[in-house]
Amino acid sequence: MNETTPSTIAQKSNLERKIIRRERLSLIAKNKTFLVGAAILSFWIILAIFGNFIAPRGASDQDFEYVSVSPQWKFWFGTDANGQDVLSRVILGTRLIVVMAFTATALGTILGTALGLATGYFKGKFDMVIMRLVEAVSAIPVLIIALLAIAALEGRSPTLTVIVIGFVFTPNIGRTVRAAVLGESELEYVAAARLRTERTRHILFREILPNVLPPIIVEFTVRLGYAIFAIATLSFLGAGVEYGSPNWGSQIAENWGNIYSNIWWPTAFPALAIASLAVSVNLISDSLLEIFEL
Amino acid sequence: MSDTPALEFRNLEVAYTVRGIDREVLRNVSFSIAPGEAYGLVGESGCGKSTAAFAAMRYLPRNGKITGGSILFEGSDIVGMSSQDINNLRHSAISMVYQNPATALNPTIRIGDQVAEVFELQGLSKSDAYAHVEQALIKVQIADPAKVMRRYAHQLSGGMAQRVVIAMALASNPRLLVMDEPTTGLDATVEAEVLDLVRQLRKESGTAVLFISHNLGVIRHMCDRVGVLYAGALVEQGATEDIFSNPSHPYTVGLLRCIPRGGLHKNTDRLDTIPGTPPALGTHFDGCVFADRCALVEDKCRTTQPEMVTVGNSHVARCFHTDKAGSMPRAIDTVTVRVGQNPNRATTGTRLLDIDHLSKAFNQDGHVVHVVNDVSLQVGVGETLGLVGESGAGKTTIAKLILGLYGSDSGSHVVLDGKDLAGTLNKRDVKDVGAMQIVFQNPDQALNRRHSVTRIVGRAVQKLRGMSADDSTERAHELLSGMRVEATLHSARPVQLSGGLKQRVAISRAFAGAPQLVVCDEPTSALDVSVQATILNLLVDLQKQDGTSFIFISHDLGVVRYISDKIAVLYLGRVVEFGDSNRVFQGPHHPYTEALLSSVPNIDGSIRRRIPLTGVIPSPSNPPSGCVLHPRCPRMAGSGVEHLCTSIEPALTEVEPGHFMRCHIPLDQLRTVQTQ
Repeated sequence: MNETTPSTIAQKSNLERKIIRRERLSLIAKNKTFLVGAAILSFWIILAIFGNFIAPRGASDQDFEYVSVSPQWKFWFGTDANGQDVLSRVILGTRLIVVMAFTATALGTILGTALGLATGYFKGKFDMVIMRLVEAVSAIPVLIIALLAIAALEGRSPTLTVIVIGFVFTPNIGRTVRAAVLGESELEYVAAARLRTERTRHILFREILPNVLPPIIVEFTVRLGYAIFAIATLSFLGAGVEYGSPNWGSQIAENWGNIYSNIWWPTAFPALAIASLAVSVNLISDSLLEIFEL
Repeated sequence: MSDTPALEFRNLEVAYTVRGIDREVLRNVSFSIAPGEAYGLVGESGCGKSTAAFAAMRYLPRNGKITGGSILFEGSDIVGMSSQDINNLRHSAISMVYQNPATALNPTIRIGDQVAEVFELQGLSKSDAYAHVEQALIKVQIADPAKVMRRYAHQLSGGMAQRVVIAMALASNPRLLVMDEPTTGLDATVEAEVLDLVRQLRKESGTAVLFISHNLGVIRHMCDRVGVLYAGALVEQGATEDIFSNPSHPYTVGLLRCIPRGGLHKNTDRLDTIPGTPPALGTHFDGCVFADRCALVEDKCRTTQPEMVTVGNSHVARCFHTDKAGSMPRAIDTVTVRVGQNPNRATTGTRLLDIDHLSKAFNQDGHVVHVVNDVSLQVGVGETLGLVGESGAGKTTIAKLILGLYGSDSGSHVVLDGKDLAGTLNKRDVKDVGAMQIVFQNPDQALNRRHSVTRIVGRAVQKLRGMSADDSTERAHELLSGMRVEATLHSARPVQLSGGLKQRVAISRAFAGAPQLVVCDEPTSALDVSVQATILNLLVDLQKQDGTSFIFISHDLGVVRYISDKIAVLYLGRVVEFGDSNRVFQGPHHPYTEALLSSVPNIDGSIRRRIPLTGVIPSPSNPPSGCVLHPRCPRMAGSGVEHLCTSIEPALTEVEPGHFMRCHIPLDQLRTVQTQ
């Protein structure tokens, strides 16, 4: 009697929820930035998964009749000084950089989220000490730290690179998450959870975490762009990946000297690949920022 | 000229475009404001009050548009005016005061420069403008204008900031002033001061005022004529006296009835409610907008739109039943709540909670701030203790200390049912935690927006009662249904519920652990009055059925008076008066209580002499010597004990049986001066 019949409210609110969800989806679907970014990124992800079946030749196949030939019908992207097909090497190089970038960013996001949740929730001295450390680490450029770490650990494995980049990203992601958690932990639902004797772990992961997901998702995409760039740069510098494996950074490193002989294709196509992958991820993060209204 | 109204709305229709569809927010609204008149628009949230205010400035949000009718300012239509002309009007003739002074002022510009800007816009040179600022600030009774001019917005108190905003609005000597809830965020005593100021300025300048408020008491005190808005339609209009003494639209009648007025008490009176909820934005009506919630509804109300009917001298109401509205049947929700069995109940006596010498000091940038100072209070079984005081008095901190959300300072004791509880939450037993729960002010923040209603309540049952997940879900559904949150809503997220329903979920959660004491921290201040009444009724039912005790925090003295058995008045973290609700309200009062009570605008229209509190609340980091009230005390001068007031802090003493006060002035002397 006292409120409008609840079933109508429920219907109304369900409808409303559907409308809001549809609206958000349509926002995404209408967002050209997102669509372009998503299209390019899916293209690279498909290549990363099915590259073996798509690439016309193997990564190390050499054809000495065709050394450094320019793009033509038989070799769309031309061949390099070793007679290797540039197109095939670009396609086969996709998987490594995509997998490395995603795992490194995921690692950084997981560690950073944990750090941000803890510092933002506990505050106090713990927070202060950790944040000063974070600031100190953030002051040094990512690449330099990564290079130093790889040199110090004398490793050139992708795994090591992923771990190093993940750790290097942790402070920045941690800081973003901490800012969101600081505001969130002041809200009274956290006090309400404490008042039913919830453990801290439950409060952090079940109460607060779901509410700070949007900034974490955006931060993930931003970092993913950086990771692609960092991995490409490290492999260009000869650190980070095994020698001789098909990857875009080393391809550029091996061939850029030939640009002066007007053999631009073995450098240009991997460079274009890096750029388009990084740009696609940045387009997505920009559009998500807009959609989440952060 | 004087016959031309300052502002006239003629059949105004405004719509907002939401998700591609035009939704009506103002429906055929017509009213006019004579020069120098104060016209009040009143109604619940979402009824179109603010839209009307913004329309008067032609300052609608981007998705809003005027779809019909006209707005005349001194006879000329501003709807079709060029933006140049309308800007000129805003510079010279129409001003607006917004609800939140903190956001109306630019935080990066000094107050002086900000006010000077308004004068510069009128063509004054920079130095001339600056000279005018001081005058403008003196006009709004700012004591030390030179000092205020050098400050930034965040360095001003809410009342001071609102004065500055008013000074800016008046700088152009406007002929129309639009005030949108100008005192809503302010404390009672500050609100009273600002309202006094507005009234006085109006007397001096003869400005016409469009005054928007949800607070009927404020409207009654401020306005010559009143219009009542419901769902975007003007349902009743007339002289203030007529509207309040002879309300003729069922909505107005309902609105006036559901307010806890002076003298009503939970033990004797049940609050009226307005059944149902306001319609969603842009709902289309064939008939009367209020038909769905009206007690007098007939078939024709749903099919035919009623015309404005003249009830009395320029008093009109849009209803077929204006003659019956005043005597329409009361709407009382008689559905009783069911909370079910209550295993925690093992009280030994009549005393449930003893708070002894509760203190809390926070460390702020090296300063020690005593937010709560030696507070001792008692709550009996099944009793409600009301905590009143202005913001910063420590009400919420006391609640959090009792619950253990903050640890209290050493020497503090919280004794629940004979058991001295640990200072902080995680050192208390589950049973003791469940025994004391809280209903927060803002259900949007208190309910996790990612969790379903069932999960919010079920989890509390699971943890506090130690039930299995399945059993606790079942119990949660029982509880929720008992609080009249219907089963279809149990899987909903909080965002899908109305404010009242959200607060019912929050109350269900508080009762999940079968509490003996529930702290209600401003549980109804975010709600409309009709919803407030249903929530208060619910709380009273729960108490009667279960003997639950409440600590009820509110700044609304009418609500506190209705629901409380005992009242503690707080000032600067100290209890200045404590006693039976009736005693505290009838007096003799502590001078602070007296000032607080006198500043509340009553809806019954009784004129009470206002006892002003001078100055601002001192900072708790640097409290005054002696009695903390003495720099502002309205009764110290001439009391003969001034030397005591300024040097020694009075103790909380029992001045008559069951009535405690912290004051040097003898009770009889207070009684004499207060009855004069």
